[in-house]
Amino acid sequence: MQQTHRHTLPIDSALELRRELVAHLRENRTVLREEWVRRITEAQLLRAMTKEEIFAEATSVYDNYVEALETDTLEALQAYARSLSERIIPRGVETDEVVGIVLLLRDVLARSLFGKYQNNPSKLNRVLDAYEPAANRIANTVAVGFVQERERVISQQQEAIRELSTPVLQVRERLLILPIIGVVDPHRARQLTEQLLRGIRTNRARVVVIDITGVAAMDAAVANHLVQTVEASRLLGADVIVTGLSPEIAQTLVNIGVDLGKMKTMGDLQGGIEVAEQSLGYKVVPTTQTEAMA
Amino acid sequence: MMVPILKQGHFLIATIMAALSDEDMRQFREALLDRVVSSRATAVIIDVMAMDVLDSFATRTLREIAYMTRLRGARTVLVGVQPEVALTMVQLGLHLEGVATALDLEEGLAYLDRVNRRG
Repeated sequence: MQQTHRHTLPIDSALELRRELVAHLRENRTVLREEWVRRITEAQLLRAMTKEEIFAEATSVYDNYVEALETDTLEALQAYARSLSERIIPRGVETDEVVGIVLLLRDVLARSLFGKYQNNPSKLNRVLDAYEPAANRIANTVAVGFVQERERVISQQQEAIRELSTPVLQVRERLLILPIIGVVDPHRARQLTEQLLRGIRTNRARVVVIDITGVAAMDAAVANHLVQTVEASRLLGADVIVTGLSPEIAQTLVNIGVDLGKMKTMGDLQGGIEVAEQSLGYKVVPTTQTEAMA
Repeated sequence: MMVPILKQGHFLIATIMAALSDEDMRQFREALLDRVVSSRATAVIIDVMAMDVLDSFATRTLREIAYMTRLRGARTVLVGVQPEVALTMVQLGLHLEGVATALDLEEGLAYLDRVNRRG
């Protein structure tokens, strides 16, 4: 019975209820806002922020919340949630805190509705019918906005770290070195390959030395990727010399059965550069020797 | 779609301008092999700069061309493979073993020059 009653609620009355609700929230803005801030402090949320900051943010969240209830549109709130997240993420605010404060606000407002309509249970029921879905949608929007913003920041930072950690360096005309340091996961391996191939084209490289002294271990997938990198570079006309293979990585490469004919390797970076110079026709001679010859 | 084959000294230069159908690819192979003998060329440069896809058929045909020209007394250098194309090819397990490669036409000519000087 209750269920059908909910769904047959006339639209204008739902609208009216919401209007009444919004009016109530506006009227009691100061009290409810203070109550909310008190609950936030009590629950020890947003500890990274000062009391004044919490109050200021709480005020804007409250107003945006009420506005979202009134207009039943989430765009403004979404934008606000994003900008709020941008401000508070660098301060170290966690996801559970954001979700926590929004849920607290929902509770504070629901309590005040209980207080107002406690003598009229059927009215209370209808008001809650109007309030709950909207409030849940709002809580959802704010939480999702925060998480999305955080993910964006994280992926941006990951990208930055990756870019920084894999320089493609030209040591001589036509000779590039790619020192790889740290953990290589499939994503980074792919990015390394793309960067190297771009580097080969822009520097017109003919020989590339990939030094993996700084890579402690590699799983089979990444080792396979290394082999693919060597092959792809060759398709662009560049020979690859891999140097600094640790015993563990050598073991991995043998285990996955890499065709060693396709891959040139040298013990260390120096050896690799020497071989590369040779194949490019360079000869490094100590100056004393050249003077003696002259 | 015809693939122009130009003669430059002792070299033949074939530039593939756009994606070729399998039939075009076959025709290109026949035409190139005929030209290798009739023009007494010592090397063939195939430029694939404009191709944004090299599928398994194209790869196999290019490999065949390289082997067949070798049997007819000339070298083959493949030039202009794009980075994205190279990446896709190795991911699909397509390889061009035994086919010399170079960055672009200029590098291809430089490569042949080096090889010839070495004798």
